[in-house]
Amino acid sequence: MVEVHKKIDGIVFRIFSPKQTVDSAAVKIITPELYDKEGYPVDGGLIDTRLGVIDPGLRCKTCGGKLKECSGHFGYIELARPIVHIKFVKQILDLLRSTCKFCNRILIPEEHIGKYVSMLQKVGDEEGFEARRKKIKTIVNKYKLKEKCPHCDKKQGKIKIEKPYSFYEDDVRLSPIEVRVRLEKIEDDDLEIFGFNPAMLRPEWMILTVLTIPPVTMRPSITLESGERSEDDLTHKLGDVVRINQRLFENINAGAPEVIIEDLWDLLQYHVTTYFDNEISQIPPARHRGGQILKTLTNRIKSKEGRIRHNLAGKRTNFSARTVISPDPMLSVNEVGVPMKMATNLTVPKRVTEWNIVYLKKFVENGPKKYPGANYIIRPDGKRKAITDETKEEILEEFDTGFVVERHLMDGDIALFNRQPSLHRMSMMCHKIKVLPGKTLRLNPLVCAPYNADFDGDEMNLHIPQTEEARAEAEILMLVQTQIISPRYGLSIVGCIQDAITGNFLITGEESIPREEAIDLLYLAGVDDFSKLPDKKIISGRELFSVLLPKDFNFTGKDKSGDAVKIVNGELKSGLMDKANLGQESGLMLRNIYEQYGPEFTADLLGKISKLGINTLLKKGFSVGIGDVDLMAETKKEIENVVVVAEEKIDALIKESKEGTLELLPGLNMQETLELRIMEVLNNIRNEAGDIAMKEAKESGVLTMAKSGARGNILNISQMTAVVGQQSLRGKRIEKGFKGRTLSYFKRGDLSSGARGFIKNNFKSGLLPHEFFFGAMLGRDSLMDTALRTPKSGYLYRRLSNAMQDLKVEYDSTVREANKKIVQFSFGEDGLDVSKTEGGVINVKKIIEKVK
Amino acid sequence: MKKEHDELINGYQDKLSPKVLDEIRDNVPADVTKERLTRIMEAVYAVYSQAKICPGECVGLVSAESIGEPGTQMVLRTFHFAGVAEMNVTMGLPRLIEIFDGRKLISTPTMEIYFKKQYGKPEQVRKFAVEIKETVMHEVISDSTLDLLEQTIKIKVNEVLIKDLDLSVADVAKLIKSKIKHFSVNIEGNEIELAYTGKTEEMKEIHSVKEKIKEIKVRGLKRIKQVLPVKRGEEYIILTSGSNLKDVLVLEGVDVTRTTSNDIHEIRNTLGIEAARRAIIDEACKVIGAQGLNIDLRHIMLVADTMCMSGAVKGITRYGIVSEKASVLARASFETPLRHLINAALIGEKDKLSSVVENVMVNQPVPLGTGLPGLVTKMK
Repeated sequence: MVEVHKKIDGIVFRIFSPKQTVDSAAVKIITPELYDKEGYPVDGGLIDTRLGVIDPGLRCKTCGGKLKECSGHFGYIELARPIVHIKFVKQILDLLRSTCKFCNRILIPEEHIGKYVSMLQKVGDEEGFEARRKKIKTIVNKYKLKEKCPHCDKKQGKIKIEKPYSFYEDDVRLSPIEVRVRLEKIEDDDLEIFGFNPAMLRPEWMILTVLTIPPVTMRPSITLESGERSEDDLTHKLGDVVRINQRLFENINAGAPEVIIEDLWDLLQYHVTTYFDNEISQIPPARHRGGQILKTLTNRIKSKEGRIRHNLAGKRTNFSARTVISPDPMLSVNEVGVPMKMATNLTVPKRVTEWNIVYLKKFVENGPKKYPGANYIIRPDGKRKAITDETKEEILEEFDTGFVVERHLMDGDIALFNRQPSLHRMSMMCHKIKVLPGKTLRLNPLVCAPYNADFDGDEMNLHIPQTEEARAEAEILMLVQTQIISPRYGLSIVGCIQDAITGNFLITGEESIPREEAIDLLYLAGVDDFSKLPDKKIISGRELFSVLLPKDFNFTGKDKSGDAVKIVNGELKSGLMDKANLGQESGLMLRNIYEQYGPEFTADLLGKISKLGINTLLKKGFSVGIGDVDLMAETKKEIENVVVVAEEKIDALIKESKEGTLELLPGLNMQETLELRIMEVLNNIRNEAGDIAMKEAKESGVLTMAKSGARGNILNISQMTAVVGQQSLRGKRIEKGFKGRTLSYFKRGDLSSGARGFIKNNFKSGLLPHEFFFGAMLGRDSLMDTALRTPKSGYLYRRLSNAMQDLKVEYDSTVREANKKIVQFSFGEDGLDVSKTEGGVINVKKIIEKVK
Repeated sequence: MKKEHDELINGYQDKLSPKVLDEIRDNVPADVTKERLTRIMEAVYAVYSQAKICPGECVGLVSAESIGEPGTQMVLRTFHFAGVAEMNVTMGLPRLIEIFDGRKLISTPTMEIYFKKQYGKPEQVRKFAVEIKETVMHEVISDSTLDLLEQTIKIKVNEVLIKDLDLSVADVAKLIKSKIKHFSVNIEGNEIELAYTGKTEEMKEIHSVKEKIKEIKVRGLKRIKQVLPVKRGEEYIILTSGSNLKDVLVLEGVDVTRTTSNDIHEIRNTLGIEAARRAIIDEACKVIGAQGLNIDLRHIMLVADTMCMSGAVKGITRYGIVSEKASVLARASFETPLRHLINAALIGEKDKLSSVVENVMVNQPVPLGTGLPGLVTKMK
């Protein structure tokens, strides 16, 4: 076990002074050349071995470390002329503008300074550094109107900036040297007014005289297949800087004309600027020879693929696996089926002690190929050895306590299971491993909802925690059964789906089941204690279901149709088991069982209920067919009649509106009123037709599914049997398309139902071409909606989680921020954990009833 | 209820939340004995303390997840079409984003104006609605011409419309006179003639005056573009498009306690930060409820509280809450990292690694949940 011996207490951000740059540098870079003729790094070049090494075999000249031992050292170059640091241009400009040209004091009269300091301090504390700077600007501007320094009473020039980095005073260019001189003269006390920390920085450091060269380890070159070396973008850029810097030096020393020096100076400024940031809008970005834009420092840090979000905040892990998932209802809810291939590749470290040495030796003997074996051993001195046929003998010989064996996965091991997008904490849960044949990860369909998984090709990730601490945490806090109740609304999120619901719906509605069959079903559901089954030849479905329930369980609720579900002393007295009580995201019954009997029992019960449902269907047989949506001839007539009547009504409305006799609705004009009235009529058609169809509906698979809530709803059925109904786009009837009409099939200005997207056929009879087209329009619209929504809601989520991620409940039960500011005195005003409540409340009524 | 029972329940004031206590009062049978009530109180307290949130729980993240996850299920474009007479209001995800952004300008500001009982008769409400609706000059004038030679502006007033507003041509002229300087005003039938009396011969100025006249408010309250009296339950209320809470609340007959706007910043400015917090919660709940999603109120409350913590409504954006975080690295990991790093360098800021991301960055345990407590026993 590695002990933590270092802890970072804090990180200070500041600007390096030229002296610090030189002091912390290992080498001064003087030549743009990289390699000598033999291909070794040149001394004083950009990949000098004193900066660290990137070749295996070479040693760092500064610390003597090899590749991976030495993290690299900084170097520096001395700039021939000062250069403006592009990232500080704004600050430099502010300083120049608000200080005196001659005495370099801040342009605020002495007597007022004190007043403003406290005010600025407050602004700085409350609204941040940038707000403070803005405030200073406005204050100084106020005094600037006088155009005279309040301290030395001399006239001030007007400072302008020509983007990105040239300063002008009254149209005369200020060279970085002059700027630097001015900044040097600003007093520390004045700096404090600006909000700078004079103990940490001097403003003249914002004009560079020396430039830090990052270590080579930060910009490694890569060797191409052809043996050619390809340097990193940063090295390229630095090469430019060094080259121009050398030229500038030479020209200055040779006494070249001022114009040439100025040109070179500007060029150096350009190179240093693009080295820091290659995306400055006013200057052309530096490019590779091929025209590709160089990625320099700023590019490396920012954006999603940048250092911060990609590398620092995004961690990666070993001991993980990913593959396609498939369902296996025979697994327990908290299990995950792992294919053999994965099980022999992923390992769990086990420490050898005198009590398990014999047991663990077997794994080593089996080796990496034979399951259950082991892939590696770690010796007490920390050396890791692969177990192969060759090394096996040797390892077995020295095998002793204190070794760590990385053995294959076995049933019951702890694993973390995850599906992206990981939108809530139930997206990553702890499962127990079950090694299975096959090539997919298997999971119980009951946990589909929390992961939002289906089996149309979804892939999921598996990770094996490696330390005891991690395993304990995963098992105690993240195991599936501990996550059954969602913290979002305090109800169960794990629940039966599809066949499991249909099956239970059917079995609890069954009146007579022969005893043998009942026992058969229960046994298949995993029950082995049949003492709760009444001693009768014929058993009802409710009695059968009650066997699963604990004896002292009481519950009253409602099923999907609104009938009361009553469970008294573990006996289901009335009601059917359907989605309202078993399903995901509802399941009040499950919530109550969870509260009374705990997570383990609930998970187990869920497994049994779902198996009971599935096996019921297996025994009974369950299927849907085209005949399920058949209607009798009279019913069809009746529905047709409804449509005809409605159409007549619409025609009447249109006529009324043309004549102007239509009564206007408040706030609407004639057209809007007409549309609304027509919509009203049309929306009623579907409901009416649906009702007629449902009245006739015979028992069928489709209907059973809709009634139990397993899949589909009444609307779906009526669309299949009666009429599809109005297709509305953005809350209105369809009006897009040609001038005055939806399709060229219709007459211009036709406002009748069919011409505006009403489908009077049903899915079984089939749609007319234009009806089909209207349906397709709606389908396309919803596709667009999904495509646009995903990134929008993703961004909202990212912002929310970023803003609130460090709010936590303190020991005094207040909710506070990271800097201990109080957000709430008690979470949600009553300090309750949503996942421990019943749908967000404490059920007082139930308690009162219970306490006699 | 007996007095001693009341005392017994009140004794739990420190231990249970007021809502739970109220519920006990409402649900306890009248003939309850003191012993049973004591047992009930204890049982409730036991359940309550079981359900208390644990210290160290990262409530912020849980709340963010609880709102962010169903966000993916929301419909992007939904239009309010519940009843016939409703205002068209942005709903769905765009509205939720708008609320959490803390935008100053929202896409569809509306108000619901309620009335005190004695002012709630339909005809009174309808009259009130007409009165508050903003009417601008160009809505009531049928024609306006500019004579550059004479330097006069002629305005033809639509008499029918004016009558509806209970105004006369003279009233309109008076209104113009009070708003425009250097012009003499004459009335001829339904025409108002303005003659320039100033000295300069700026054509541009006269022209701009003509445009200015068109924008003069004739009637009503600023920004109230549409009004719609509707029956809500037993009473009549007014729905408006455009919001002007400050001016509406002072009008006679308005029920100040129930009249609201959906503009959170306006509520903040007229009623204060607590009202703004409430408005955020209500508005967010409205959106979530309309989508048929189930999110516990506590999560929305936490977001609202975070937004209103400083006393001003701060959006969940890089300019709002996130820019106020204590940690440099946490700010940098959100958006515009370089700006934050440079500003930090200028003031020599120290990141104390007190929140989550920074500790992830430096590979240290995060100060939340199980990362919070330390072991007292040292490992050998």
